[in-house]
Amino acid sequence: MILIWMIIILLAGGILCWLLSKSNSPAIKWIALLAVLIDLVLLLNIWLQHGQGLTANTGNWMIQYQSAWIPSFGISFHVAMDGLSLILVMLTFFLGTLAVLCSWKEIEKRAGFYYFNLLWTLAGITGVFVALDLFLFYFFWEVMLVPMYLLILIWGDKNRRYAAYKFFIFTQAGGLLMLISILALYFIHGAQSGTYTYDYLSLLGTRIDPSVAKWIMMGFMIAFVIKLPMVPFHNWLPDAHSEAPTAGSLILAGLLLKTGAYGIIRFVLPLFQQYAADIAWWAMLFGVIGVIYGAMMAFAQTDLKRLIAYTSVSHMGFVLTGIFAFREIAMQGVIMQIITHGISTGALFVLAGMIKERLHTRDISQMGGLWSYMPAMGGAAMLFTMASLGLPALGNFIAEFLILLGTFQANPTFTVLASTGLVFSALYSLRLMQKVFLGPPNAPHKVNDISGREFIILAALSISIVLLGLFPQAVLDVAGKVISNKLYVIR
Amino acid sequence: MTEQQLMALLPFMVLAAASIVIILLIAFRQGHTVIQVTGFLLMCLVIFAMWYVRGVLPQTIAPLLIVDGFGALFTGLIVFCVLVVGLFSYIYFEEREENPREYYILIFLSTLGAAILTISRHFMSFFIGLELLSISLYALIAYLRTRNNAIEAGIKYLVLAALTSAFLLFGMALIYMETGSMDFAVIAQRLNAAGKSSALFLTGFGVMMVAVGFKLALVPFHLWAADVYQGAPSPVASFIATVSKVGVFAVFLRFCQELHLQNNSAVMMLISAVAILSMISGNILALRQQNLKRLLAYSSIAHFGYLLVAFLPGNNTGVEAAVFYLTAYAITILAAFGIIILLSPGEKDADSLSMYRGLFWDKPFMAIVLTVALLSLAGIPLTAGFIGKFYVLTAGVEQRAWLPVIVLVITSVIGLYYYLRIISTIFADSPVTIQKERSLNQFFYTASYAALVVLTLLLFGIGVMPAVIIQGIKQFLVIDR
Repeated sequence: MILIWMIIILLAGGILCWLLSKSNSPAIKWIALLAVLIDLVLLLNIWLQHGQGLTANTGNWMIQYQSAWIPSFGISFHVAMDGLSLILVMLTFFLGTLAVLCSWKEIEKRAGFYYFNLLWTLAGITGVFVALDLFLFYFFWEVMLVPMYLLILIWGDKNRRYAAYKFFIFTQAGGLLMLISILALYFIHGAQSGTYTYDYLSLLGTRIDPSVAKWIMMGFMIAFVIKLPMVPFHNWLPDAHSEAPTAGSLILAGLLLKTGAYGIIRFVLPLFQQYAADIAWWAMLFGVIGVIYGAMMAFAQTDLKRLIAYTSVSHMGFVLTGIFAFREIAMQGVIMQIITHGISTGALFVLAGMIKERLHTRDISQMGGLWSYMPAMGGAAMLFTMASLGLPALGNFIAEFLILLGTFQANPTFTVLASTGLVFSALYSLRLMQKVFLGPPNAPHKVNDISGREFIILAALSISIVLLGLFPQAVLDVAGKVISNKLYVIR
Repeated sequence: MTEQQLMALLPFMVLAAASIVIILLIAFRQGHTVIQVTGFLLMCLVIFAMWYVRGVLPQTIAPLLIVDGFGALFTGLIVFCVLVVGLFSYIYFEEREENPREYYILIFLSTLGAAILTISRHFMSFFIGLELLSISLYALIAYLRTRNNAIEAGIKYLVLAALTSAFLLFGMALIYMETGSMDFAVIAQRLNAAGKSSALFLTGFGVMMVAVGFKLALVPFHLWAADVYQGAPSPVASFIATVSKVGVFAVFLRFCQELHLQNNSAVMMLISAVAILSMISGNILALRQQNLKRLLAYSSIAHFGYLLVAFLPGNNTGVEAAVFYLTAYAITILAAFGIIILLSPGEKDADSLSMYRGLFWDKPFMAIVLTVALLSLAGIPLTAGFIGKFYVLTAGVEQRAWLPVIVLVITSVIGLYYYLRIISTIFADSPVTIQKERSLNQFFYTASYAALVVLTLLLFGIGVMPAVIIQGIKQFLVIDR
């Protein structure tokens, strides 16, 4: 029940914000912040309660709730949380809090409706991470789409309409293909067992004819790799990320992309085990292509947010490669990568938003020497670019190292190729630092260093990325046993 | 005719009486308000009568009619739509036409035609109902005769409808020639006895398809749709989009069910070709449309294509899906047209997309209703349209009709673009303020707003809790057997 309450709090908070939008009072921000913080506290509570038992008693769901929804279709409101969900929902609320905070000053116009959309997006994402009914999963998958679309459309930058369309249509196209696959699975399972249901745990046991299974799996895969995104389906990402408002970019990069990775881990691998192994080579290939391509594109960008967006493509390539290596150690790296990428790239987007607030541009060529005005922000930026290029002692290093370690056992060639991605990432990261913060000052006027609120945001992000780098075991303990389950690892 | 049969016909008699009551009211020189209120109450009475007689169903009134759960369901939907259309008509006509009273006679006659279609089991009643529906529509479409497009639209509809009626009769004649009967049940028997369907029957059915396709605006008989939607007064356009199509679809569905046409591969091939063509052309034609009414016309072509996908299986899921989809679609389209009607300034209709720029910041309530309606048309979750599309896909996948299903998915992604285009216009900056100088009748404005609230709540309600409606539909359909 507590899982549903978490979603309801977000939904209700959103509606409350909207209702207050006429008054335009500062209370709106506080309500939004409060809603996310309550959820964060609730979740921490769950972690403290169930976190210990996890290592001993694995694979089990910590919390489960099920009630009938549309019984005639066999659809139930089934939500549950295991270690994987716990970590991702934690990330959702953590980044959600920061998203509210970094919108604090940026959004003056129509704030009520803005926070409504923000909270509803978060609610949809939370739903995706806990849904255990395939219909419900699809439902949340789509619910998070509309408010995100509106966030980009209304509060985005100059080219926002185009970006918003593209984002929506790409995701929806994948989503509908997934819906067909879900339906096909539903009927196949129904014909076999006599009970027609969308319940994940029941569908797990479905035996599917190999010729059909491949197609059904592709329906799921396409939806997820569009979200992930995998090259060549990454096209929507640079536009959406660069046009969205700061909080939008933070959520897109930090959370929405992760729904794709989560979908593959939670649904594709367990439901279609052998068939997933069949496409593993191709998936890894595309993952490696993504790593290198994303890094090279990032190096070529002049738009700060586009640059960061392409780094996401590169980092998500590691995720795809890691998942399809089918090694436990790689999978642990994937989980780490999901979290650390959310934090480090999210932080870079937050920094880009802060710079844009001050300079009113995203063009790198108009920046330079910002360090002399804003040493504190420069320091933070240094930390996160270093994280992004995989400096040891920071979270991303652990993640990418584990992934490479795992994939090496599966396919050394790809691993070598993917490792060159790290070199490229050093290139674009250093270029980013040099052009924006170092060199001769290029700013038209004096700009202020970070404020107290911004300090809190950056401090929270910095502390977590360092902690993840130094004590990754905490995360691996929570999610580790879930993924060592034989469902996710072939050998 | 037994007492029970008479009972079963009670709702339809009330409906027929409604036009006469309106005629009498006009004879006694009653005003628009009185007529409107009386009409509203009479429609409520029809629904009440339907509920009252539900115990005696099903009743066959040989040879023409059959009142069963299926018919009751569709008639209920039709009357519900007329209730809403009638309500919206008041404010629309009050400010445009000095004499809007005859309008209500025509509306109720047309409704009667559609209602007869839902309960007909014979070519005779099929044709009578269809003609009753069409002939009233000719006048309704051209009702605001001083407007430029009205006469054009009316004539266009008249010529094409007359032509397709001829096709319908010809098709019926061919089938009669083959089977020697005009009774659906008897035709089915003869066809069964004959074993396989003859060329004559197929030709007859194909020719009948022309008329049905015309009424439902299916490709390639869709050419009138955009012009008529644009030229007709907005309430009439919403009437065509809902009542007329629901009625025709009901009789078509009953005919195909009765004859078990889903087992006839040639017929199914024909229908799926029409469905695929409709989905593709409807969505593509709507892409660049700048006129909201025309856009809704093209989107309706696509939506009836989707509906045919549900129709293809011909099993229970298919029928339920079709009924559900129609219900969701009717509610959605009524909400959308309600906004167009309420926003229309005196002279012309609010049909140009540019009039909706930034509507959300100017009139948030209306913008939300329209946005919800568009999302429902696009089939996004939380709205009724999503469950409808889901139901249709379920029916399609169950029968492994892969080609239509895939086309449905691809075209609805294309369709998404133009719905999003409207939504992004609604949420754009720098709103255009629509000038509405007068509000003649505060009561009816409030009532129309209330109706929109109800429609929106229904859209959400069905979208989140569809179980209630699905259960209801299933119960009604059981009355059939």
